[in-house]
Amino acid sequence: MSHHIVEANDLHYTYPDGTVGLSGVSFRIMHGESVALVGENGAGKSTLLLHLNGFLSAANGEVRIGGYPIVPGNLNTIRRAVGMVFQNPDDQLFMPTVFDDVAFGPLNLGLADAEVENRVLEALDTVGAAHLKRRPPYKLSQGEKRSVAIATVLVMSPDILVMDEPTSSLDPMSRARLIELLKTFRHTKIIATHDLDMAMDLCERTIVLHRGKITADGPTFKIFQDEALLHRSSLEKPLRMQDCPVRNNPE
Amino acid sequence: MANHGYFDVGYMDTLAAGDSPLHRIDPRVKLITTVVFIATVVSFNKYTVTGLIPFFSFPIILIILGGIPSGYILKKVLLISPFAILVGIFNPVFDRSVVYHIGSIGISGGWVSFISILLRFALTVTSALVLVALTGFNSVCLALEKFGVPKPFIVQLLFLYRYMFVLAEELGHMIRARAVRSFSGRAIHFKAFASIIGHLLLRTLDRAERVYRAMCCRGFDGRIRIMRSLRIGFKDVIFAVTWIMLFVSFRFWNIPVKLGELVTRIFT
Repeated sequence: MSHHIVEANDLHYTYPDGTVGLSGVSFRIMHGESVALVGENGAGKSTLLLHLNGFLSAANGEVRIGGYPIVPGNLNTIRRAVGMVFQNPDDQLFMPTVFDDVAFGPLNLGLADAEVENRVLEALDTVGAAHLKRRPPYKLSQGEKRSVAIATVLVMSPDILVMDEPTSSLDPMSRARLIELLKTFRHTKIIATHDLDMAMDLCERTIVLHRGKITADGPTFKIFQDEALLHRSSLEKPLRMQDCPVRNNPE
Repeated sequence: MANHGYFDVGYMDTLAAGDSPLHRIDPRVKLITTVVFIATVVSFNKYTVTGLIPFFSFPIILIILGGIPSGYILKKVLLISPFAILVGIFNPVFDRSVVYHIGSIGISGGWVSFISILLRFALTVTSALVLVALTGFNSVCLALEKFGVPKPFIVQLLFLYRYMFVLAEELGHMIRARAVRSFSGRAIHFKAFASIIGHLLLRTLDRAERVYRAMCCRGFDGRIRIMRSLRIGFKDVIFAVTWIMLFVSFRFWNIPVKLGELVTRIFT
């Protein structure tokens, strides 16, 4: 899988209770692209993300990662290629210490102990959490938990990073730090979020979901100027694009 | 936060992160020594009281050398003590045969065995708490695993410990949410209680699903691998051998009685 292309063709998904999750979603995300997935609550963002590494399988249509369709036989390969950072880091950090947690993935890959240790320290270093390695995850702050959760995914050296609301429940400084960190990654990134300012910082392309359908797909800046479209999706223009009367320091 | 006060089990980890010679002893050695200690204490017959006293040296010495706040351990022991009291409280009622005389007052076997139960309870629970406070719950689990305790059991324990805090916090939030909307100030109504517990169960199931997904994302195949190397050194062996020898001598020679006899012989 040299080209980390994520492709969805006409995805349909309905939950067992009859709620429509996705109805006809198609897109193609190229190698190294950074894409924001926005939409109102219940628009289908999380449902779509769960399709990208095979936790849900579409009733109709298919997802292809690097040109291969997701089938039970290649789930392990797909899940290694697609690193997923969940919305709630408490779900992602289940091991007794930060080190064990980050080592969980590489140990499952069957790597040698020395290699695992190197990788873990490197990943923790990347997210600036090396000093936390002996701590139990439940004692970390939200920002620290998020960094460690990202390290647990980075350590698997995925080709594609999928994140669900990475900036939610972070204080402004932690949020800024996270954005700076994500800017340094060269992976293909798919980020579901309500934080449109972050989307502007990180993603050149935005996909808008509304009631399980894609209502817009294009350059981020252009989409965020379309107020009618944002309004339909219960979104607001990013703050920096709004005319702010008290802004005393115009760029 | 729910994990404060009596339920502050997380404080154990803070203690276990300390660095004293006792902390550095191999977890397996501490586990074995504690298990031998508990087995010896439990093996006495039901009327033993004086024979148990020397055994207090083990937890007390570990608490002092390990720098563990004794008040904290004592509080935890008191918290669980109702169970021990409940176990022994009927002994004085059923067992009225007099076994000792202090002056003209006869002490019944029931009272003696009740006190014996309390002493044993205090000894075993304190030593188990001290073990965790000096070693850390995770290392104790690791030691159990190295001794061949089945893996699924260990994983259960680890997960229980990891999510206990999350669950306690969630429960705390729900109880607070109820409290701010109930103005009578009375205890939780049974109906509200049932619904809180029900919701907690549903939330737990949801969380289990999400945690499982996160595990699958990182190649979970039913086995949990933990990387940790343990080495038993000379100091560890000395620690275990010394204590176990002491326990055995405490078991077979009643030191307080021997001491009493010695003192009596000197003065007569």
